[in-house]
Amino acid sequence: MNQEKIISVQNLSKKFGDFTAVNNISFEVNRGEIFGFLGANGAGKTTAMKMLIGISKPSSGEATVAGFDVKTNSEMVKKSIGYMSQKFSMYDDLTIKENITFFGGIYGLSKSQIKEKTSKLIAELQLEEVANKLVGSLPLGWKQKLAFSVALLHEPKIVFLDEPTGGVDPITRRQFWEMIYAEAHKGTTLFVTTHYMDEAEYCDRVSIMVEGHIEALDTPKNLKTQFNVDSMNEVFLKLARNIE
Amino acid sequence: MLPIIFVLPFIQLLVLSNAASFEVKNIKFSYVDNDHSASSRELISKFQSSSYFVMVDEFPSKKEANLQMQKGKVDVILEIPNHFERNLLSEKKAALSVSINAIDGAAAGVENVYISQIIASYNQKIRTQLSQYNEGTFIQPQNIITIPSFWYNKTLNYKTLMVPGILVLLVTMLTLFLSAMNIVREKEIGTLEQINVTPIKKHQFIIGKLFPFWVLGLLILTVGLIIARVVFQIPIIGNIGLIYLFTSVYLLVILGIGLFISNYTETQQQAMFIAWFFTVIFILMSGLFTPIESMPNWAQQITLVNPIRYFVEIIRMVMLKGATFSDISTPFFIIVFYAFSINGLAVWSYKKTN
Repeated sequence: MNQEKIISVQNLSKKFGDFTAVNNISFEVNRGEIFGFLGANGAGKTTAMKMLIGISKPSSGEATVAGFDVKTNSEMVKKSIGYMSQKFSMYDDLTIKENITFFGGIYGLSKSQIKEKTSKLIAELQLEEVANKLVGSLPLGWKQKLAFSVALLHEPKIVFLDEPTGGVDPITRRQFWEMIYAEAHKGTTLFVTTHYMDEAEYCDRVSIMVEGHIEALDTPKNLKTQFNVDSMNEVFLKLARNIE
Repeated sequence: MLPIIFVLPFIQLLVLSNAASFEVKNIKFSYVDNDHSASSRELISKFQSSSYFVMVDEFPSKKEANLQMQKGKVDVILEIPNHFERNLLSEKKAALSVSINAIDGAAAGVENVYISQIIASYNQKIRTQLSQYNEGTFIQPQNIITIPSFWYNKTLNYKTLMVPGILVLLVTMLTLFLSAMNIVREKEIGTLEQINVTPIKKHQFIIGKLFPFWVLGLLILTVGLIIARVVFQIPIIGNIGLIYLFTSVYLLVILGIGLFISNYTETQQQAMFIAWFFTVIFILMSGLFTPIESMPNWAQQITLVNPIRYFVEIIRMVMLKGATFSDISTPFFIIVFYAFSINGLAVWSYKKTN
């Protein structure tokens, strides 16, 4: 695997008043990697991710994403990344086609590019019949797949997925991970937060955040060996229990 | 939603313009005639023939009339004393007692003026008659009669004053609420976060968000002006282009305030609450319902930062007086300045990165 560092984080912290949400974390992500970013609710993973995508200013520390400093050059970071939040965040009152056109336009795609991408995307997701329906009327699983595809529209180097499969049925989750693999295969880096430990097994490497710290970071296989357990689920529980 | 945005303001315009009137009409008039003379009957018939008064009843005693006033059945009681006619003829003066329900002080004041005018005109007539009797003695009464002349609104039609003002309110409220709600709504549903992780420029987003409301505001103004002209027959004396010029800048102020509110609120409820706070203050201190000149000095100072005040002032000046650009240049440039500062502030406070 190409070992080029696409995300590099050093001593990154975020404080809200007296509360330290992210406490001095450091890690690196390689190009083309599926990086699992795990942690319990409130462990600080969403906050850390928001700093990396340039919508939250770090209190201290350094982070570069796709070669750009998130503190000083966050708009360049935004050009290089795709983002899909845990809350579905396309426009429910626009149709599928309109949403694609809108986000394509924001990322500066030309009309012909948008047209081409739209038909390709709709064909891939088999949404031909509902292409002119409002996004709000789609089932959640379809919405999530659509949101992921839209996040990839401008061919970003890195895609951040914040709990992309929350509330989605197992079949759709499986399909979703197939999409993630396909994308990683093309050389895109995927930065994924999740609660599902079976999903953690699919990642190349995972980090586990507990109370603002990164407590573990390695391949799933190594982590299981290190903690002497059979599944990521047990790794996670062991780490979380140590803290309590 | 779009039909609602259009239909509601025009219902308001049609209803409010007829209802928001300070004309005091249909005053419930009653009297106690202790004299029962030709003179007293003539005086009462004067009130009966006035279009402002509605005759309720004659009461046999003041006590009973007062009771009815307490119940709210009458607004005004005229008491004509015993020997009214005799005193008038012999001493050339007579006393009348008038009681007015003054719970609404402003209305009572107006009623008082009406009554005094009717009595005065009646009195002059008496004196004229008297002087004719005494022709030989050269006491011709020299009556100075004032002839009021009303400018700009010759028929004293209240709607002429209110319709432009209410139109201002509708344009303002609609654009303020829609712009304040709209961006906060995106915060609530999460699309704003998605927008913030895109490389979109701040000004692109803001123009994209506010431009539709700017167009909507001008559309509402247009339909409102048509209603004012066609339904209410309000004159549009000045240059209509001036109204549009002013409104297009004015709308920027209102949209800027809306954006500013949405930057500092997290939910639509909060935005609504703050938008209401400003709307109520702006409306009541705009000179629309009460003249700014009669406000206390400190309140007059506050109206200087009230954008609605300038809009009300200008739309009335241009529509009713035919003001030209040089007449409205001061408020116009104040609004231009306001537009720049509030939008500067709003753009500055809109942050893609927290």
